[in-house]
Amino acid sequence: MAFGLLKYGLSRRRPVKRFLAARPELRPSYDVAIIGGGGHGLAAAYYLAARHGVRNVAVFDKGYLGGGNTGRNTAIIRSNYLTPEGVAFYEESMRLYRGLSEELDYNILYSERGHFTLAHSDSAMRTSRWRAEVNKHLGVDSEVVEREELARLVPLLNMSDEVRHPVLGALYHPPGAVARHDAVAWGYAGRAQELGVEIHQETEVTGIKIENGRVVGLETSRGPIACGKAMQAVAGLSGQVARLAGFTLPIRTVPLQACVSLPLKPFLDPIIVSGSLHVYISQSDRGELVMGGATDPYPRYQTSSTLDFMEGLMAHILELFPFMVDVPVLRQWAGMTDMTPDFAPVMGLTPVENYYIDSGWGTWGFKATPVCGTTMAEMIATGRVPELIKEFRLDRFRNFSLLGEKGAASVGH
Amino acid sequence: MMTRLPEPAGLLLDRTEQVSFRFEGRQFQGYRGDTVASALAANDVSVLSRSFKYHRPRGIHSLSGLDANTLVQVGPAPNRFADREPLVPDLEVTGQNYWGTLRHDRLAVFGLLHRFFPVGFYYKAFYKPRWTWPLWAKMIRRIAGLGTVDTNAPHGYFDKQYLFCDVLVVGGGAAGLAAASQAAAAGAEVILVDENAALGGGLLYGRADAGGIRAEEERARLVGDVEGSDRISVMTETACLGRYADNWLPLVRGNRLYKLRTKALVVATGSLEQPLVFRNNDLPGVMLSSAAQRLIKLYGVKPGRRAVVATADDEGYGAALDLLDAGVEVAAVVDLRMDAPRTAMGDTLAARRVPVHAASAPWEAVAQRKGAGVARVRVARIEEDGVCAPSVDSFSCDLLVVSGGHAPAAALLRQAGAIFTYDSDRHATTVAELPSDVFAAGDVAGTSGLDAAMADGRRTGWQAAQAAGLDVGPEPAAPAEEEPAAAQAAWPIFAHPDHKAFVDLDEDVQVHDLEDAIAEGYDHVELLKRFTTNGMGPSQGRHSSLNAVRILARAKSRSVDETGVTTVRQPIVPVTMGHLAGRSFEPVRYTAMHFRHLEAGATMMPAGLWLRPEFYGDKARRQALIGEEAKNVRDNVGIIDVSTLGGLDVRGPDAAEFMNRMYTFAYLKQPVGRSRYVLMTDLGGVVVDDGVACRMHEDHFYVTATTSGVDNVYREMLWYNAQWRLKVDVTNVTAALAGVNIAGPNCRPVLETLCDDVDLSPEGFPYMGVREGHVAGIPTIFLRVGFVGELGYELHVPASQGEALWDALMEAGKNHGIRPFGVEAQRLLRLEKGHILIGQDTDGLTTPHEADMAWALAKKKPFHVGIRSVRMQAAKGLTRKLVGFEMPGVGVEQPKECHLVIRGGEITGRVTSVAYSPNLDKIVGLAYVAPDQSEPGTKIEIRVDGARMVNATVAKIPFFDPDGARQEL
Repeated sequence: MAFGLLKYGLSRRRPVKRFLAARPELRPSYDVAIIGGGGHGLAAAYYLAARHGVRNVAVFDKGYLGGGNTGRNTAIIRSNYLTPEGVAFYEESMRLYRGLSEELDYNILYSERGHFTLAHSDSAMRTSRWRAEVNKHLGVDSEVVEREELARLVPLLNMSDEVRHPVLGALYHPPGAVARHDAVAWGYAGRAQELGVEIHQETEVTGIKIENGRVVGLETSRGPIACGKAMQAVAGLSGQVARLAGFTLPIRTVPLQACVSLPLKPFLDPIIVSGSLHVYISQSDRGELVMGGATDPYPRYQTSSTLDFMEGLMAHILELFPFMVDVPVLRQWAGMTDMTPDFAPVMGLTPVENYYIDSGWGTWGFKATPVCGTTMAEMIATGRVPELIKEFRLDRFRNFSLLGEKGAASVGH
Repeated sequence: MMTRLPEPAGLLLDRTEQVSFRFEGRQFQGYRGDTVASALAANDVSVLSRSFKYHRPRGIHSLSGLDANTLVQVGPAPNRFADREPLVPDLEVTGQNYWGTLRHDRLAVFGLLHRFFPVGFYYKAFYKPRWTWPLWAKMIRRIAGLGTVDTNAPHGYFDKQYLFCDVLVVGGGAAGLAAASQAAAAGAEVILVDENAALGGGLLYGRADAGGIRAEEERARLVGDVEGSDRISVMTETACLGRYADNWLPLVRGNRLYKLRTKALVVATGSLEQPLVFRNNDLPGVMLSSAAQRLIKLYGVKPGRRAVVATADDEGYGAALDLLDAGVEVAAVVDLRMDAPRTAMGDTLAARRVPVHAASAPWEAVAQRKGAGVARVRVARIEEDGVCAPSVDSFSCDLLVVSGGHAPAAALLRQAGAIFTYDSDRHATTVAELPSDVFAAGDVAGTSGLDAAMADGRRTGWQAAQAAGLDVGPEPAAPAEEEPAAAQAAWPIFAHPDHKAFVDLDEDVQVHDLEDAIAEGYDHVELLKRFTTNGMGPSQGRHSSLNAVRILARAKSRSVDETGVTTVRQPIVPVTMGHLAGRSFEPVRYTAMHFRHLEAGATMMPAGLWLRPEFYGDKARRQALIGEEAKNVRDNVGIIDVSTLGGLDVRGPDAAEFMNRMYTFAYLKQPVGRSRYVLMTDLGGVVVDDGVACRMHEDHFYVTATTSGVDNVYREMLWYNAQWRLKVDVTNVTAALAGVNIAGPNCRPVLETLCDDVDLSPEGFPYMGVREGHVAGIPTIFLRVGFVGELGYELHVPASQGEALWDALMEAGKNHGIRPFGVEAQRLLRLEKGHILIGQDTDGLTTPHEADMAWALAKKKPFHVGIRSVRMQAAKGLTRKLVGFEMPGVGVEQPKECHLVIRGGEITGRVTSVAYSPNLDKIVGLAYVAPDQSEPGTKIEIRVDGARMVNATVAKIPFFDPDGARQEL
């Protein structure tokens, strides 16, 4: 029995100790205002306070903690990207993730499961090799496995030739992991609050006050505040919030859907992804199969689900795992992804002085949560753009310095 | 003790047909019409499964699939609701989630240790030190989950069907039946869907009057009306999975998924009876009043010997009378309400000497010493909401029937965008706002009583027909006076100092778990759900959300409406993957010559949706055969099926202008009868497709595109044409045409024997020429092109004649050494010529300059898609360049495609194409390298498998026949 539970169980203290603070009253002014109470915004707030001593920080969210894409993604964490910039960045994120439960004193249930990106065509095999070679060059554990080896590593996988898209091999990334997405947001939120950060849920930012090209405050649904610096981390609403600050982003917002099954006795340990079939699937510690697919075929600012998505996804999953035919699906949902033309994020400075952006997270934002926190916090605290995120700058779209992560995006777009 | 009752109880049973089945290895008998749960109840089996967290024994609670208590394993299928699973012969059923036996589950120890497993316990422990978590995770994983997936389960048959109607009515109770009849009478084509085996809803088992006869009378009349209408199609045993945008509703019956579009939707799904929350409210033998009534009326099962009924509204009174009629002793009726109105049923109960304890609550159920069921219930007077007086009355009983009030079965309505509000006088949820093509009828809309439900049904049926655009008659008369809806008890939740008062039976969430979570700060309705998992289980909050919201509202001193609700997501009821997948139609495209390839022993490979021959002959000789096929093209003549290439017809007076804008080259002055290379870039200046454009007439271009790119090219063309509004029409003719490339020094004589209306001489039909004529009598477009670097013709014919063309060419080529070649040989041949393949030699960022394609950019034209980006990038200078490279044919390890070019420990590029050329006796390839490595003769290093480095030399392309003499013969 873990000591923490013994202590908890034997304690007679009621009510229990508060972990997440109650929403405070707005103060007139903050050093830093963060728009968006998802994983990224909360992580930035935490590291500002924990690493840089910047504690007069307020986080604003129009809904609840982690209620956007933080709570809607399928919680896969990996670093087998295609560009050196991407690999270095996500490697750092995984390093932070591995120690995050201890750092936050909150179990985020980070579990390394092994991550397989299946290839069903020789062009997919080529892309797999490209990724593996770049990964290995940069020290990431990543390898192309051919059919026979794959069949040995994932014996449940249907390796038949008599299917529409036979599996030819895979890119295998042993450190690929899953974590409890909500716990990441809650852990950061709780610890940030302990250090003095204020979190204002159900407080919508309705305007951004700019004087002489510099951000000076925010209008919120509960009144105005002044701030020295501000940051936005609002995923699917990135374009709309940037518009409040007076600039535009090369971002389209496209829904991405996912679903879970009823809980099943665990039988599937690794994370299986197929770009050609638009499938990703893993089994959570509750025993639910967590499944996702391609982004919706059209841009939209909505999170409604479609039947079409479920039909297509299940047909493809059954091609990979025909025995799942009787598995009941419990619930589906959607999030809004902020897609950039080169499938890499937009981080750093903006046309507005002291206003920083963290967006363009498309379908890959959760895995970057800790490193977005550390780098954004460093940039806000020091005013310098950290090396790790230099290439993600917004002005690359004007300068034709795109990054080309499309080949490493987990599913079709 | 549960036993079978004599007829007429058991409306759904066919007692002439016994059905035997096995549960937990024991043989049982039921009747046709039983569910697994009802048949087990009739055999006095009270424990069906074990709960998710504490492994507590669980039995029937709702008997309508609204809780996870009855989840069982049926053959290979996990997590089946036993109360929804029809009994069929020889079913093999087991309980779920136990270690040991269902009766003696060793993991029930978690129940004893519950104080060490508080809400969200896994967030609070197991991670210090870091290395311990994977061990804990493994243990947690071992005990997680419910049912077991059989990894050898066969793929059963499932299919799909589309349905359309004017009015869909979901729910075949009083309101739904009345709505269907009224809509049909108004002229609508109606589909009526009900999840149960018989129509009637609550009329089948509920009690409409003290005498207990009216429900059946009304049901017979309403069902008779529906069955008498030829405009109503009835679908029973059909589950509606949800409502998607534009009244798009999936229905499941048997092994079929119906996808239905309706003009108007009437939701008459009734209400969901809610549990009462008190200590041990989950014991087998504690069940909802509707469950007890269903057991009696539908399945002929006497649910116990001696019962106590606890109720938050009038519902329990009817149940008590039904129990009495079924021979169950009713020890007491416990009414939670402070001021219950006097009713006829109450009077009848009093006459039958059943004591009623008003303003009281079940404080605790006590389990049997041996066995899992309920033995006693301790009843106390309510002092205030959720608080009871210390003194208790104790009643022994083996059945505790509870009714915690009702919540509308509102999932469909909420998904349609309906807004609900909590009526704090009646302590019930009611609908406040509906979309214009969706209607709510009966209990789901908050009506009270049978007459009101039927009147509401008639009204909404008429409205729905009107919304469907029908010319309806006058609105049906409203009932003279609506009965005022009775209030439910304010607070059906009674926490106990010793806990085990469950709010969510699926997830074993107790009252104090919710209170602790709120106290810890998870005090938004969504955070509370996510942290406690209340409402995240198989029943998705149908029996637990309302009570959780009440607890949160009280803790925060907010109203229920202010506290909010969590989103009701699809599917409303779990649906198997097989149903959603159906027969998994995914098109495979065969070319017209597909079967000729198979006959010739081809190994087929996917190319987009198509299949193409990779090579012909024995798989074991793959490499040799590819070499032979290629050599035969160089020496004699070969043919390859190129039908999968995209074909686009661009017609209209502005066709040339359109081409000039879509592609990088110049097309305005392209002569008729000539073809020209096309290269397409996107807005970012990235190469996305290529092909050739044939000018057939002044205002007609026939354009080819890559196999995998054509759909995208076509879409882009339509998109831009919609903006530019040129006088152009674009048609995708890919599938309409079959194509063959016949190439090699001997190809002209082969063609000459089959064609007499095109001058095939080098002068009459030069390289890059285009002609129209006939081959073997088949109308043909001839393109003289040279992708493989030999004299060659692409012949494009109607797809219906592709096979005939193939046969004619093979026959005519016999004496000239003709042989088909596959995609692999073609790749080798084109590589020898240094031709790039879009998608293989380019990636998501490749610019024309990087790909050494600057020659394909028209210098003087003002515009093509992406021109600004292409020019800006060119001005910036290159960061990489695509070059040819070569290596000796023997003694070196051949790199694979995508191996990296390394210089000084840095990546400078990668190999995109590589092959050994028997023809040249060396390894040739294409690779990206740094710009300063691009001069022919430069040595480069490539890292191959095992991190070994191999040397290669940058070479001029083409590697073979650099002057193109062979293709221009």
